[in-house]
Amino acid sequence: MAKTIFYFIVFPGFLFTALVGMLVSWIDRKVTARVQWRVGPPLLQPLYDFVKLLGKETIVPQAGAKLTFLLSPLFGLAAVTIVSTLLWLVMISPGQTFLGDLIVVIYLLAIPSIGVIIGGFASGNPLASLGASREMKMILAYELPFILAIFTPVIKAQGIIRLGDLLQYQWANSIFLNSWSGLIAFVVAIICMQAKLALVPFDIPEAETEIIAGPYIEYSGAPLALYKLTRWMMLFVVPMFLVIMFMGGIVFSGWHILWGILKYVLLLVIIILMRNTNPRLRIDQAIKFFWGPMTILAVIGVILAFLGL
Amino acid sequence: MKALTKSIWVFHFAAASCNNCDIEILDALTPRFDLERFGILLVGSIRHADVILATGAISHKAAVRLKRLYEQAPKPCLVVAVGACACSMTMFRDSYNMAGPFDGLVPVHAYIPGCPPKPEAMIMGVVKLIKALKKG
Repeated sequence: MAKTIFYFIVFPGFLFTALVGMLVSWIDRKVTARVQWRVGPPLLQPLYDFVKLLGKETIVPQAGAKLTFLLSPLFGLAAVTIVSTLLWLVMISPGQTFLGDLIVVIYLLAIPSIGVIIGGFASGNPLASLGASREMKMILAYELPFILAIFTPVIKAQGIIRLGDLLQYQWANSIFLNSWSGLIAFVVAIICMQAKLALVPFDIPEAETEIIAGPYIEYSGAPLALYKLTRWMMLFVVPMFLVIMFMGGIVFSGWHILWGILKYVLLLVIIILMRNTNPRLRIDQAIKFFWGPMTILAVIGVILAFLGL
Repeated sequence: MKALTKSIWVFHFAAASCNNCDIEILDALTPRFDLERFGILLVGSIRHADVILATGAISHKAAVRLKRLYEQAPKPCLVVAVGACACSMTMFRDSYNMAGPFDGLVPVHAYIPGCPPKPEAMIMGVVKLIKALKKG
Protein backbone atom coordinates (compact mmCIF):
# COMPACT_ATOMS: atom_id res chain seq x y z
CA MET A 1 0.00 0.00 0.00
CA ALA A 2 2.74 2.45 1.01
CA LYS A 3 4.64 1.33 -2.09
CA THR A 4 1.69 2.12 -4.34
CA ILE A 5 1.33 5.59 -2.84
CA PHE A 6 5.05 6.15 -3.33
CA TYR A 7 4.71 5.12 -6.99
CA PHE A 8 1.87 7.56 -7.56
CA ILE A 9 3.18 10.55 -5.60
CA VAL A 10 6.96 10.41 -5.92
CA PHE A 11 8.87 8.36 -8.43
CA PRO A 12 7.20 7.55 -11.68
CA GLY A 13 4.12 9.51 -10.67
CA PHE A 14 3.40 13.09 -9.80
CA LEU A 15 6.66 14.66 -8.54
CA PHE A 16 8.96 13.03 -11.09
CA THR A 17 6.65 13.78 -14.04
CA ALA A 18 6.09 17.35 -12.89
CA LEU A 19 9.82 18.07 -12.55
CA VAL A 20 10.72 16.48 -15.88
CA GLY A 21 7.73 18.21 -17.49
CA MET A 22 9.00 21.58 -16.27
CA LEU A 23 12.47 20.80 -17.60
CA VAL A 24 11.03 19.74 -20.95
CA SER A 25 8.89 22.86 -21.25
CA TRP A 26 11.98 24.94 -20.50
CA ILE A 27 13.83 23.12 -23.31
CA ASP A 28 10.88 23.86 -25.57
CA ARG A 29 10.96 27.59 -24.77
CA LYS A 30 14.74 27.80 -24.93
CA VAL A 31 14.98 26.09 -28.33
CA THR A 32 12.15 28.28 -29.63
CA ALA A 33 14.11 31.32 -28.45
CA ARG A 34 17.30 30.10 -30.13
CA VAL A 35 15.38 29.53 -33.37
CA GLN A 36 14.36 33.20 -33.22
CA TRP A 37 17.94 34.32 -32.36
CA ARG A 38 17.01 35.17 -28.77
CA VAL A 39 18.62 34.16 -25.49
CA GLY A 40 15.51 32.67 -23.93
CA PRO A 41 14.29 32.17 -20.36
CA PRO A 42 16.47 30.85 -17.49
CA LEU A 43 16.38 27.19 -16.45
CA LEU A 44 14.05 27.69 -13.49
CA GLN A 45 11.53 29.79 -15.42
CA PRO A 46 8.69 27.19 -15.40
CA LEU A 47 9.16 26.81 -11.64
CA TYR A 48 8.97 30.59 -11.15
CA ASP A 49 5.80 30.74 -13.26
CA PHE A 50 4.24 27.91 -11.28
CA VAL A 51 5.09 29.34 -7.84
CA LYS A 52 3.95 32.80 -8.87
CA LEU A 53 0.61 31.48 -10.11
CA LEU A 54 0.12 29.58 -6.84
CA GLY A 55 0.56 32.85 -4.95
CA LYS A 56 -1.97 34.79 -6.99
CA GLU A 57 -5.61 35.38 -6.18
CA THR A 58 -8.09 32.82 -7.55
CA ILE A 59 -11.12 34.46 -9.10
CA VAL A 60 -14.31 32.51 -9.85
CA PRO A 61 -16.52 34.30 -12.37
CA GLN A 62 -20.03 35.11 -11.26
CA ALA A 63 -21.62 33.49 -14.33
CA GLY A 64 -19.61 30.28 -13.92
CA ALA A 65 -20.36 27.03 -12.15
CA LYS A 66 -18.09 27.25 -9.11
CA LEU A 67 -17.47 23.59 -8.25
CA THR A 68 -16.98 22.40 -11.84
CA PHE A 69 -14.80 25.41 -12.60
CA LEU A 70 -12.44 24.66 -9.72
CA LEU A 71 -12.43 20.85 -10.06
CA SER A 72 -11.82 20.48 -13.80
CA PRO A 73 -8.05 21.25 -13.64
CA LEU A 74 -7.68 18.29 -11.27
CA PHE A 75 -9.17 15.75 -13.73
CA GLY A 76 -6.42 16.27 -16.27
CA LEU A 77 -3.66 16.34 -13.66
CA ALA A 78 -4.82 13.07 -12.09
CA ALA A 79 -5.14 11.38 -15.50
CA VAL A 80 -1.64 12.38 -16.62
CA THR A 81 -0.17 11.26 -13.32
CA ILE A 82 -1.76 7.81 -13.65
CA VAL A 83 -0.61 7.45 -17.26
CA SER A 84 2.95 8.35 -16.33
CA THR A 85 2.95 5.89 -13.43
CA LEU A 86 1.63 3.08 -15.65
CA LEU A 87 4.13 3.74 -18.44
CA TRP A 88 7.21 3.93 -16.20
CA LEU A 89 6.28 0.91 -14.07
CA VAL A 90 5.83 -1.11 -17.26
CA MET A 91 9.21 0.01 -18.57
CA ILE A 92 11.02 -0.70 -15.30
CA SER A 93 9.52 -4.18 -14.92
CA PRO A 94 7.51 -5.39 -17.95
CA GLY A 95 5.93 -8.10 -15.81
CA GLN A 96 3.90 -5.49 -13.92
CA THR A 97 1.27 -5.20 -16.62
CA PHE A 98 -2.39 -6.08 -16.75
CA LEU A 99 -4.75 -7.08 -19.54
CA GLY A 100 -5.81 -4.01 -21.52
CA ASP A 101 -3.61 -1.36 -19.91
CA LEU A 102 -2.98 -0.03 -23.42
CA ILE A 103 -6.69 0.78 -23.69
CA VAL A 104 -6.67 2.35 -20.23
CA VAL A 105 -3.77 4.60 -21.27
CA ILE A 106 -5.56 5.69 -24.47
CA TYR A 107 -8.67 6.57 -22.46
CA LEU A 108 -6.72 8.43 -19.80
CA LEU A 109 -4.82 10.45 -22.40
CA ALA A 110 -8.16 11.85 -23.63
CA ILE A 111 -9.14 13.08 -20.15
CA PRO A 112 -6.94 16.23 -19.97
CA SER A 113 -8.66 17.57 -23.10
CA ILE A 114 -12.04 16.70 -21.63
CA GLY A 115 -11.08 18.54 -18.44
CA VAL A 116 -10.23 21.60 -20.51
CA ILE A 117 -13.61 21.38 -22.24
CA ILE A 118 -15.51 21.10 -18.94
CA GLY A 119 -13.56 23.99 -17.46
CA GLY A 120 -14.13 26.15 -20.54
CA PHE A 121 -17.88 25.58 -20.50
CA ALA A 122 -18.03 26.11 -16.73
CA SER A 123 -16.42 29.55 -16.85
CA GLY A 124 -19.43 31.31 -18.34
CA ASN A 125 -17.41 33.31 -20.84
CA PRO A 126 -18.33 33.34 -24.56
CA LEU A 127 -14.71 33.10 -25.70
CA ALA A 128 -14.08 30.20 -23.30
CA SER A 129 -17.13 28.38 -24.68
CA LEU A 130 -15.85 28.96 -28.19
CA GLY A 131 -12.46 27.56 -27.25
CA ALA A 132 -14.03 24.56 -25.53
CA SER A 133 -16.20 23.75 -28.54
CA ARG A 134 -13.11 23.96 -30.76
CA GLU A 135 -11.29 21.61 -28.41
CA MET A 136 -14.21 19.20 -28.69
CA LYS A 137 -14.02 19.28 -32.48
CA MET A 138 -10.29 18.66 -32.28
CA ILE A 139 -10.82 15.57 -30.12
CA LEU A 140 -13.35 14.23 -32.62
CA ALA A 141 -10.87 14.94 -35.41
CA TYR A 142 -7.63 13.46 -34.08
CA GLU A 143 -8.82 10.52 -31.96
CA LEU A 144 -9.77 8.35 -34.97
CA PRO A 145 -6.36 8.39 -36.75
CA PHE A 146 -4.56 8.30 -33.38
CA ILE A 147 -6.29 5.10 -32.27
CA LEU A 148 -5.84 3.51 -35.71
CA ALA A 149 -2.13 4.36 -35.55
CA ILE A 150 -1.79 2.95 -32.02
CA PHE A 151 -3.51 -0.29 -33.04
CA THR A 152 -1.13 -0.95 -35.91
CA PRO A 153 1.58 -2.28 -33.53
CA VAL A 154 -1.10 -4.33 -31.75
CA ILE A 155 -2.02 -6.03 -35.02
CA LYS A 156 1.63 -6.60 -35.83
CA ALA A 157 2.12 -8.27 -32.44
CA GLN A 158 -0.84 -10.64 -33.07
CA GLY A 159 -3.26 -8.83 -30.80
CA ILE A 160 -1.28 -8.19 -27.61
CA ILE A 161 -2.92 -5.40 -25.62
CA ARG A 162 -0.60 -5.46 -22.60
CA LEU A 163 2.04 -2.71 -22.68
CA GLY A 164 4.62 -4.93 -20.98
CA ASP A 165 4.13 -7.76 -23.49
CA LEU A 166 4.32 -5.28 -26.38
CA LEU A 167 7.68 -4.08 -25.01
CA GLN A 168 8.98 -7.62 -24.62
CA TYR A 169 7.77 -8.48 -28.14
CA GLN A 170 9.79 -5.53 -29.47
CA TRP A 171 12.87 -6.52 -27.47
CA ALA A 172 12.60 -10.11 -28.70
CA ASN A 173 11.96 -9.31 -32.38
CA SER A 174 12.57 -5.80 -33.72
CA ILE A 175 10.93 -2.46 -32.94
CA PHE A 176 7.68 -1.66 -34.76
CA LEU A 177 9.22 1.40 -36.40
CA ASN A 178 11.38 -1.00 -38.38
CA SER A 179 8.61 -1.91 -40.85
CA TRP A 180 6.52 -0.09 -43.47
CA SER A 181 3.25 -0.25 -41.53
CA GLY A 182 5.00 0.84 -38.33
CA LEU A 183 6.64 3.78 -40.08
CA ILE A 184 3.34 5.01 -41.54
CA ALA A 185 1.56 4.63 -38.20
CA PHE A 186 4.41 6.45 -36.46
CA VAL A 187 4.13 9.49 -38.76
CA VAL A 188 0.36 9.62 -38.20
CA ALA A 189 0.84 9.25 -34.44
CA ILE A 190 3.39 12.11 -34.34
CA ILE A 191 0.99 14.50 -36.06
CA CYS A 192 -1.91 13.41 -33.82
CA MET A 193 0.38 13.90 -30.81
CA GLN A 194 0.96 17.51 -31.87
CA ALA A 195 -2.83 17.99 -31.87
CA LYS A 196 -3.16 16.22 -28.50
CA LEU A 197 -0.59 18.57 -26.99
CA ALA A 198 -2.39 21.55 -28.64
CA LEU A 199 0.86 22.92 -30.09
CA VAL A 200 1.19 25.28 -32.95
CA PRO A 201 -0.25 23.95 -36.15
CA PHE A 202 -3.17 22.70 -34.06
CA ASP A 203 -3.36 25.20 -31.18
CA ILE A 204 -6.78 26.19 -32.47
CA PRO A 205 -8.63 25.85 -29.12
CA GLU A 206 -6.50 28.50 -27.40
CA ALA A 207 -5.59 30.61 -30.43
CA GLU A 208 -4.05 33.59 -28.69
CA THR A 209 -4.59 36.04 -31.50
CA GLU A 210 -8.28 35.26 -32.05
CA ILE A 211 -9.91 34.04 -28.85
CA ILE A 212 -7.23 35.20 -26.37
CA ALA A 213 -6.65 32.05 -24.32
CA GLY A 214 -9.72 29.99 -25.18
CA PRO A 215 -10.87 27.75 -22.32
CA TYR A 216 -8.22 29.16 -19.96
CA ILE A 217 -9.41 32.76 -20.28
CA GLU A 218 -11.20 33.02 -16.91
CA TYR A 219 -8.67 30.98 -14.93
CA SER A 220 -6.29 32.70 -12.54
CA GLY A 221 -4.03 31.67 -9.68
CA ALA A 222 -3.77 28.04 -8.57
CA PRO A 223 -6.22 26.44 -11.10
CA LEU A 224 -4.31 28.07 -13.96
CA ALA A 225 -1.07 26.76 -12.44
CA LEU A 226 -2.55 23.23 -12.45
CA TYR A 227 -3.56 23.59 -16.11
CA LYS A 228 -0.04 24.75 -17.02
CA LEU A 229 1.47 21.86 -15.07
CA THR A 230 -0.83 19.39 -16.84
CA ARG A 231 0.31 20.68 -20.21
CA TRP A 232 3.99 20.43 -19.27
CA MET A 233 3.45 16.88 -18.02
CA MET A 234 1.61 15.97 -21.23
CA LEU A 235 4.63 17.21 -23.18
CA PHE A 236 6.63 14.55 -21.35
CA VAL A 237 4.11 11.71 -21.15
CA VAL A 238 2.61 11.56 -24.66
CA PRO A 239 5.97 11.29 -26.52
CA MET A 240 7.01 8.68 -23.93
CA PHE A 241 3.90 6.66 -24.84
CA LEU A 242 4.90 6.74 -28.52
CA VAL A 243 8.45 5.71 -27.59
CA ILE A 244 7.00 2.64 -25.86
CA MET A 245 4.59 1.82 -28.66
CA PHE A 246 6.90 2.22 -31.65
CA MET A 247 10.54 2.49 -30.54
CA GLY A 248 10.83 -0.16 -27.85
CA GLY A 249 10.76 2.07 -24.79
CA ILE A 250 13.68 2.55 -22.41
CA VAL A 251 15.68 -0.50 -21.35
CA PHE A 252 16.95 -0.03 -17.80
CA SER A 253 20.45 -1.46 -18.05
CA GLY A 254 23.67 0.50 -18.49
CA TRP A 255 24.05 2.41 -21.75
CA HIS A 256 20.56 1.48 -22.93
CA ILE A 257 19.08 4.13 -20.61
CA LEU A 258 20.90 6.88 -22.51
CA TRP A 259 19.77 5.38 -25.83
CA GLY A 260 16.15 5.39 -24.57
CA ILE A 261 16.40 9.03 -23.50
CA LEU A 262 17.78 9.86 -26.96
CA LYS A 263 14.64 8.36 -28.51
CA TYR A 264 12.51 10.70 -26.42
CA VAL A 265 14.70 13.71 -27.27
CA LEU A 266 14.32 12.91 -30.96
CA LEU A 267 10.53 13.10 -30.63
CA LEU A 268 10.81 16.32 -28.62
CA VAL A 269 12.97 17.92 -31.33
CA ILE A 270 10.40 16.95 -33.97
CA ILE A 271 7.64 18.53 -31.85
CA ILE A 272 9.57 21.76 -31.30
CA LEU A 273 10.56 22.12 -34.94
CA MET A 274 6.97 21.50 -36.09
CA ARG A 275 5.81 24.09 -33.58
CA ASN A 276 8.26 26.71 -34.82
CA THR A 277 7.88 26.29 -38.55
CA ASN A 278 4.13 26.17 -38.99
CA PRO A 279 1.26 28.66 -38.96
CA ARG A 280 -2.01 27.89 -37.20
CA LEU A 281 -4.70 26.05 -39.18
CA ARG A 282 -8.39 26.92 -39.13
CA ILE A 283 -10.64 24.45 -37.32
CA ASP A 284 -12.32 23.24 -40.54
CA GLN A 285 -8.94 22.74 -42.20
CA ALA A 286 -7.74 20.72 -39.20
CA ILE A 287 -10.80 18.43 -39.24
CA LYS A 288 -10.48 17.91 -42.99
CA PHE A 289 -6.79 17.15 -42.55
CA PHE A 290 -7.38 14.55 -39.83
CA TRP A 291 -10.44 12.87 -41.31
CA GLY A 292 -9.02 12.95 -44.83
CA PRO A 293 -5.30 12.31 -45.43
CA MET A 294 -4.42 11.23 -41.88
CA THR A 295 -7.19 8.64 -41.55
CA ILE A 296 -6.46 7.26 -45.02
CA LEU A 297 -2.78 6.99 -44.17
CA ALA A 298 -3.60 5.27 -40.86
CA VAL A 299 -5.92 2.80 -42.64
CA ILE A 300 -3.15 2.02 -45.14
CA GLY A 301 -0.88 1.33 -42.18
CA VAL A 302 -3.44 -1.03 -40.63
CA ILE A 303 -3.90 -2.92 -43.95
CA LEU A 304 -0.13 -3.24 -44.37
CA ALA A 305 0.09 -4.58 -40.82
CA PHE A 306 -2.56 -7.20 -41.61
CA LEU A 307 -0.53 -8.20 -44.67
CA GLY A 308 2.48 -8.59 -42.39
CA LEU A 309 4.64 -5.83 -43.85
CA MET B 1 5.71 38.25 -4.34
CA LYS B 2 9.30 37.08 -4.77
CA ALA B 3 8.37 34.77 -7.63
CA LEU B 4 6.46 37.65 -9.20
CA THR B 5 9.71 39.49 -9.88
CA LYS B 6 11.01 36.52 -11.89
CA SER B 7 7.90 35.85 -13.94
CA ILE B 8 6.00 38.94 -15.04
CA TRP B 9 3.04 38.43 -17.32
CA VAL B 10 2.06 41.69 -18.94
CA PHE B 11 -1.38 42.81 -20.02
CA HIS B 12 -1.50 45.67 -22.48
CA PHE B 13 -4.22 48.29 -21.90
CA ALA B 14 -4.23 50.77 -24.78
CA ALA B 15 -6.15 53.99 -24.26
CA ALA B 16 -3.70 56.00 -26.31
CA SER B 17 -5.05 58.45 -28.81
CA CYS B 18 -2.07 58.24 -31.16
CA ASN B 19 -1.11 54.56 -30.61
CA ASN B 20 2.58 55.37 -30.67
CA CYS B 21 3.27 54.05 -27.17
CA ASP B 22 1.42 50.84 -28.06
CA ILE B 23 3.63 50.33 -31.09
CA GLU B 24 6.72 50.87 -28.95
CA ILE B 25 5.43 48.34 -26.39
CA LEU B 26 4.98 45.78 -29.15
CA ASP B 27 8.48 46.68 -30.30
CA ALA B 28 9.85 45.94 -26.85
CA LEU B 29 8.30 42.44 -26.99
CA THR B 30 10.00 41.48 -30.28
CA PRO B 31 12.96 39.04 -30.40
CA ARG B 32 15.36 42.00 -30.74
CA PHE B 33 14.88 42.98 -27.10
CA ASP B 34 13.99 39.45 -25.90
CA LEU B 35 12.04 40.20 -22.74
CA GLU B 36 11.43 36.47 -22.20
CA ARG B 37 14.90 36.14 -20.65
CA PHE B 38 13.49 38.08 -17.66
CA GLY B 39 10.36 35.94 -17.69
CA ILE B 40 8.23 38.69 -19.18
CA LEU B 41 5.41 37.42 -21.40
CA LEU B 42 2.51 39.17 -23.08
CA VAL B 43 -0.84 37.61 -22.13
CA GLY B 44 -4.20 38.27 -23.69
CA SER B 45 -6.46 37.68 -20.71
CA ILE B 46 -6.57 40.05 -17.74
CA ARG B 47 -7.03 37.05 -15.43
CA HIS B 48 -3.46 35.94 -16.18
CA ALA B 49 -1.90 39.38 -15.79
CA ASP B 50 0.63 40.50 -13.18
CA VAL B 51 1.31 43.92 -14.67
CA ILE B 52 -1.05 46.21 -16.57
CA LEU B 53 0.86 48.34 -19.04
CA ALA B 54 -1.40 51.35 -19.50
CA THR B 55 -0.87 53.96 -22.20
CA GLY B 56 -2.58 57.17 -23.21
CA ALA B 57 -4.61 60.01 -21.82
CA ILE B 58 -7.74 58.54 -20.36
CA SER B 59 -11.20 59.75 -21.35
CA HIS B 60 -14.39 59.39 -19.29
CA LYS B 61 -15.47 56.37 -21.36
CA ALA B 62 -12.13 54.58 -21.05
CA ALA B 63 -11.91 55.35 -17.32
CA VAL B 64 -14.83 52.99 -16.58
CA ARG B 65 -13.12 50.20 -18.51
CA LEU B 66 -9.80 50.78 -16.80
CA LYS B 67 -11.35 50.57 -13.34
CA ARG B 68 -13.24 47.40 -14.28
CA LEU B 69 -10.08 45.83 -15.71
CA TYR B 70 -8.15 46.62 -12.56
CA GLU B 71 -10.85 45.02 -10.45
CA GLN B 72 -10.89 41.93 -12.69
CA ALA B 73 -7.13 41.38 -12.37
CA PRO B 74 -6.05 38.84 -9.73
CA LYS B 75 -4.05 40.54 -6.98
CA PRO B 76 -1.14 41.22 -6.50
CA CYS B 77 -1.31 43.20 -9.71
CA LEU B 78 0.85 46.20 -10.61
CA VAL B 79 0.09 49.09 -12.94
CA VAL B 80 2.77 50.75 -15.06
CA ALA B 81 1.96 54.03 -16.82
CA VAL B 82 3.79 54.17 -20.16
CA GLY B 83 4.28 57.44 -22.02
CA ALA B 84 3.92 61.13 -21.30
CA CYS B 85 0.12 61.12 -21.62
CA ALA B 86 -0.27 58.32 -19.08
CA CYS B 87 2.10 59.99 -16.62
CA SER B 88 0.96 63.60 -16.74
CA MET B 89 -1.58 64.00 -19.60
CA THR B 90 0.64 66.76 -21.13
CA MET B 91 -1.43 68.74 -23.63
CA PHE B 92 -4.72 66.97 -22.86
CA ARG B 93 -4.61 68.20 -19.26
CA ASP B 94 -7.36 70.82 -19.58
CA SER B 95 -9.54 68.97 -22.08
CA TYR B 96 -13.25 68.68 -21.15
CA ASN B 97 -13.56 64.93 -21.85
CA MET B 98 -10.56 63.68 -19.88
CA ALA B 99 -11.05 61.75 -16.65
CA GLY B 100 -7.67 62.65 -15.21
CA PRO B 101 -4.26 60.95 -15.12
CA PHE B 102 -3.99 57.24 -14.38
CA ASP B 103 -2.90 57.61 -10.77
CA GLY B 104 -6.14 59.37 -9.98
CA LEU B 105 -8.11 56.26 -11.02
CA VAL B 106 -6.01 53.22 -10.08
CA PRO B 107 -2.82 52.85 -8.01
CA VAL B 108 0.18 53.27 -10.33
CA HIS B 109 3.47 51.62 -9.32
CA ALA B 110 5.85 52.94 -11.98
CA TYR B 111 5.97 55.79 -14.47
CA ILE B 112 7.84 55.57 -17.76
CA PRO B 113 7.91 59.05 -19.39
CA GLY B 114 8.64 59.74 -23.04
CA CYS B 115 6.64 60.50 -26.15
CA PRO B 116 6.86 57.64 -26.95
CA PRO B 117 9.38 55.97 -24.57
CA LYS B 118 12.01 53.83 -26.26
CA PRO B 119 11.88 50.06 -25.65
CA GLU B 120 15.14 50.45 -23.71
CA ALA B 121 13.43 52.98 -21.46
CA MET B 122 10.58 50.55 -20.83
CA ILE B 123 12.98 47.74 -19.94
CA MET B 124 14.78 50.10 -17.56
CA GLY B 125 11.47 51.08 -15.98
CA VAL B 126 10.56 47.42 -15.46
CA VAL B 127 14.01 46.69 -13.98
CA LYS B 128 13.59 49.57 -11.53
CA LEU B 129 10.15 48.28 -10.60
CA ILE B 130 11.59 44.80 -9.96
CA LYS B 131 14.37 46.28 -7.79
CA ALA B 132 11.83 48.25 -5.78
CA LEU B 133 9.73 45.08 -5.32
CA LYS B 134 12.73 43.10 -4.13
CA LYS B 135 13.49 45.72 -1.49
CA GLY B 136 9.98 45.15 -0.23
